[in-house]
Amino acid sequence: MIGELLLQLLKAFLVGGGICLIGQLLFDVANLTPAHTMSILVIGGSILSGLGVYPLLADFAGFGAMLPISSFGNTLVQGARAGAESHGFFGIFSGLLKQVSAGISAAVIFGFLAALFFKPKS
Amino acid sequence: MAGKPQAAAWYQVIVQRHTPPKKLARNCLTAFIGGGALCALAQAALFSLMHFADMAEKDASTVVLTGVIFLTALCTGLGIYDHAGQKLGAGLAVPISGFANSVAASMMEHRSEGYVLGSGCNSFKLAGAVVVFGIISAFGVALILMFLGKI
Repeated sequence: MIGELLLQLLKAFLVGGGICLIGQLLFDVANLTPAHTMSILVIGGSILSGLGVYPLLADFAGFGAMLPISSFGNTLVQGARAGAESHGFFGIFSGLLKQVSAGISAAVIFGFLAALFFKPKS
Repeated sequence: MAGKPQAAAWYQVIVQRHTPPKKLARNCLTAFIGGGALCALAQAALFSLMHFADMAEKDASTVVLTGVIFLTALCTGLGIYDHAGQKLGAGLAVPISGFANSVAASMMEHRSEGYVLGSGCNSFKLAGAVVVFGIISAFGVALILMFLGKI
């Protein structure tokens, strides 16, 4: 079991680190702003999801592929796909945001709590 | 008059001398190691939940994701996240924690303008780009898949 855990950790480290490295190159070499960099990674994630690559990457690397923001694009496409499969064209609209709900809700809820209880430092 | 282009060239030399070197290799290494470590940590948490708490993979990954976002908001509130973010660069910005940090930081920063006009209206200042282009690109991809008969 320890061997299995270590292998999973290694895969997550390499893939997750690799995606962050791409982000750093977009910052430093392409001189993009954080907003542009994140948008590009998300769009890349949805395209790779459409090509069927991202789900394979997520199977391989677990949170190495699921934690970086590119997985947001992948999850949106999976939701749109699931919606379209069961409800047709309008299922794209109803399904798109279904699976990213946890991430967005948690970010808003805990962000609001942070604003309630903490004051900005500078 | 002949001195002018020379002065401009000299100015460029001065600018170059005072621009800090970018330390590209070091930035890339810290982003790789920092981001990779964060992902590995999340994977370790997932593994523990699945093996020691007998949770299904889907439930366990929701717990880990929510936990990461909670810890990020907490660290943002305590002022730790900004400090670490300057050191790790994209290593902390690219994972979902960067998204959570941008929401929490904008809500905190604009609270002085009121909960509605400040925190509410500014919450997705940076994260909004991710949500908007995520939705538009995913819609486009789904349309293409549908057009190709893959759905």
